[in-house]
Amino acid sequence: MSTSGTLLFVACASCALLGAVLAVSLRNPLRAAVALLGHVLSLAGLYLGLHAQLLTAVQMLVYAGAIVVLFVFVIMLMGPGATMDSAGTSRGAGPRIAGASLLAMVTMAIASQLSSIGVLPDGTSAPAPALTPEYGTVEAMSQAIFVDTMLPFELASILLVVAIVAAIAIAKGKSKAESRPDAAPQPLAVRPRMVADADVVAAED
Amino acid sequence: MAIGLGTYLALSATLFGVGAIGFLIRRNMLLQLMSIEIMLNAVNLTLVAFNRYHPDNQSGQVFAFFVIAVAAAEAAVGLAILISLFRIQKSVESDKADLLRN
Repeated sequence: MSTSGTLLFVACASCALLGAVLAVSLRNPLRAAVALLGHVLSLAGLYLGLHAQLLTAVQMLVYAGAIVVLFVFVIMLMGPGATMDSAGTSRGAGPRIAGASLLAMVTMAIASQLSSIGVLPDGTSAPAPALTPEYGTVEAMSQAIFVDTMLPFELASILLVVAIVAAIAIAKGKSKAESRPDAAPQPLAVRPRMVADADVVAAED
Repeated sequence: MAIGLGTYLALSATLFGVGAIGFLIRRNMLLQLMSIEIMLNAVNLTLVAFNRYHPDNQSGQVFAFFVIAVAAAEAAVGLAILISLFRIQKSVESDKADLLRN
């Protein structure tokens, strides 16, 4: 790999690791969201080094531009309630830290075993296969997504619509009138009374 | 430093481990959701790296594309559930999500 490719990998990998570690360890959730943003953008850089052009753009658009923004919106909506007070966080810290160290050791063991994949007996890594010029481009990915896997694509769009409706319905909650024990269920849309309605109602009487 | 498939896989395994540790350690539900996103990103990196080293078709990148779409849907619904629980319990601590207990 060229030196610029190596530099891109080293920079993006270290930023991704730093962003992930900060995102899971910072106390303030807004700062953790910013760390997550840095992690997601470094991953977009790694995709670019792997010749995945459409995925780089989609990663930045969807993850950085939508998911992290949604997190920030929710943190802002909750206000001071988003940060847990430190009074209850030290309870049960011992077993949690023991579990975290065990999991960290397992992860390091797995990562060290995985790093030897694709390594030839003389220590250098196996060369990457030659790529066609249209590998990872928008044209090749469009062919793959819209023609070869058209059904999963349509199902994913249905999934997204269902997720939108579900998120709205769950987050909407009940109004004060609906929360009373003797309340009848209210329809979701309430037609506003307009001036013309008064004439119609008066004509009906 | 020779960067090959093993390097990418080791990096994504480490990222997945960081996300898993974060999900199990933190009790703030917002941070648990962020750790889930880190884990999904690590899996995406694995898929794209494998596709780079087996470029017969675009399956790895297409899979990662759908993983991104599903992760967006799951983040939206998860945050809606979080808002709903916050409205009742006035807290984002996962220990407080015990409405079904006893």
